[in-house]
Amino acid sequence: MPPVSLSTLRKGARGTVADVRDDAQTLGDEAQSTVSRRLLELGFIPGEAFEVIAEIWPGGDPMAVRLGNTLFALRRREAGAVLVSVEGG
Amino acid sequence: MSGPAPALDAMRLALVGVPNCGKTALFNRLTGSRQKVANYAGVTVERKEGAFAGPTRGERYRLLDLPGAYSLTPTTLDEAITRDCLLGRLAGESAPERVICVVDATNLRLNLRLVLELRDLGVPMIVALNMSDLAHSRGFGLDRERLERELGVPVVETVAIRDGGERALLERLEGLPTLAPRPPTEWRESSFEQIQQTQREVRRILHAAGYREPARNRALQRVDGLVMHPIAGPVILAALLFFVFQAVFSWAAVPMELVDAGVNWLGAQLHAALPPGLLNSLLVDGVIAGAGSVLVFLPQIMILFFFILVLEDSGYLPRAAYLLDRMMGSVGLSGRAFIPLLSSFACAVPGIMATRTIPNVRDRLATIMIAPLMTCSARLPVYALIIAAFIPRQRVGAFNLQGLVLFTLYVAGIVSAMAVAYALKRTALRSTYHPLLLELPEYRWPDPRNLMLGLWERLKIFLQRVGTIILALMIVLWFLSSFPAAPDGATGPAIQYSFAGSIGRALEHVFAPIGFNWQISLALVPGLAAREVAVGALGTVYSLSATGDDVAATLVPMIAGTWSLATALSLLAWYVFAPQCLSTLVVVKRETNSWRYPLLMAGYLFALAYIAAFITYRVASAVLS
Repeated sequence: MPPVSLSTLRKGARGTVADVRDDAQTLGDEAQSTVSRRLLELGFIPGEAFEVIAEIWPGGDPMAVRLGNTLFALRRREAGAVLVSVEGG
Repeated sequence: MSGPAPALDAMRLALVGVPNCGKTALFNRLTGSRQKVANYAGVTVERKEGAFAGPTRGERYRLLDLPGAYSLTPTTLDEAITRDCLLGRLAGESAPERVICVVDATNLRLNLRLVLELRDLGVPMIVALNMSDLAHSRGFGLDRERLERELGVPVVETVAIRDGGERALLERLEGLPTLAPRPPTEWRESSFEQIQQTQREVRRILHAAGYREPARNRALQRVDGLVMHPIAGPVILAALLFFVFQAVFSWAAVPMELVDAGVNWLGAQLHAALPPGLLNSLLVDGVIAGAGSVLVFLPQIMILFFFILVLEDSGYLPRAAYLLDRMMGSVGLSGRAFIPLLSSFACAVPGIMATRTIPNVRDRLATIMIAPLMTCSARLPVYALIIAAFIPRQRVGAFNLQGLVLFTLYVAGIVSAMAVAYALKRTALRSTYHPLLLELPEYRWPDPRNLMLGLWERLKIFLQRVGTIILALMIVLWFLSSFPAAPDGATGPAIQYSFAGSIGRALEHVFAPIGFNWQISLALVPGLAAREVAVGALGTVYSLSATGDDVAATLVPMIAGTWSLATALSLLAWYVFAPQCLSTLVVVKRETNSWRYPLLMAGYLFALAYIAAFITYRVASAVLS
């Protein structure tokens, strides 16, 4: 299965991180890659297991993602930089 | 003997760690109450330093608690301060001689990358492995010695809730080699590839050290299922805030009566002990009545701070920021603005200072501008006074009517703040997109020692304010209210003939349309220094207006008898906006580095306060007559 963006997933989805894209592409130049850098620093690196554990209603934004043993809150725009392989597809 | 004495200077240590790693708890254990809280030069990032003596030879240490940082490549002002301090680039700070890097043993995947980054700086370093007592029972495993070998720096276990770990930590610290002073470090932020490489190294080391992460607590995961539930979550948040405000009113009642009785007793003793005259009046009417009427609100302020500290320490605050991100986002603010705004319920000054964690400048400015609309604890005395005098103590369903009115006032502040933010973000402070990326730490029981130290810190600040600025203003006000003395044969109370009376009557022209009498108008003037001073000022004005010896008569029945309900409601509406607080304006000036924003803030708050009070007064007068 080709990797999909974390931002497309709903509560309960789980899998592994495939890659982090430079957010200059997803958020535009003004972000100056700070989001991608921080995502990497926080541990969004290839092979790491994740699960979407909650989302705000309505709209599902922001979302809460468990990465390894740590829980993060992020908006779907930030999640857009994270490419993941979904388990069970 | 000749030559310089052996170095008496205390060794400079710095505590570094990612947010939520337990750094502050270790700082508190090492330094106890010997802490000094100030700001870093030129910025308003809080600088916490403490001193302590070593366990074996009694060496002296100065420990700096650097702001939490995930990385040396900063995304917030806090993180930039930490990096610059470590690199010796910070004006007025020398680089630390030793670094203690605190890591959360149960979350090493997140914590260890910073250790590697720090190690590469070349500062002598020790790693404090902060361990929860429960970790082992949840399947935690780690070969500490192997980790130490892999990292090449000492690793010491410190158990979060037990003393003793510190001793081992300090013994190892003393054994670190002293390095010659380094030239300013050449440091460059790492590339994406380097970050990924470091992360792989972290995972290799953890694997080699046989690291087994403790499983996340099942029960706490279920708690999160509720707290972060899209519907239950916001309901719990609202209930929690409502409970806090009810508690502030109900729990504080008894201690407040005690403080009040104590102050009255002291006033009566002094009044009886001193010969009648100016000094007697200054001490009893000025100092005791003035400062006392503010002091009485100490229990409420302490209870509020207690809850804020508990929410902060337990790990709930970031979840609240998550729940509120969308709501805050709808008026153009970041979920991160929640924490500064919540602190503003205690006082806008720390709240405005806390906005430094908002990376985007315009977001930060908008948050600063609305922070004074959060009902700060200094307004509580005013609300409490008026509510006690005019709102009957009765129950409405399950609720206490007085608490309900108070809650409404808080909500009014929040709603106006949102409206102002909405307007600002669509005009002057329109900004580009900024991200939300927030760690939600596992819940933990708030550490009683941290709570006590935090409360002690607030208590000191409050008492210093009462003791200095507020007391000074009370004395100035007493002077204005006592001179010139009433002419012979005057019929009214003496204060009518004083400077204060003239100022009050002059201001009355401005405030009469919103129902304020000259006593209220007068009390608003010293309230400029600190909002709660208005209560003390009313105390002084009324105790001096009283003819005869009934100075002890309390303010509540006094104003209940002399103000109309419309006036009282109008004053409540005024105080929802209440522009007058010099400390806030000064902090805004310092934070924004210009007079533009404080002036804008004072202007818009005054306009809103006047309009709200005007409408309230007119409507209430019409309805009640």
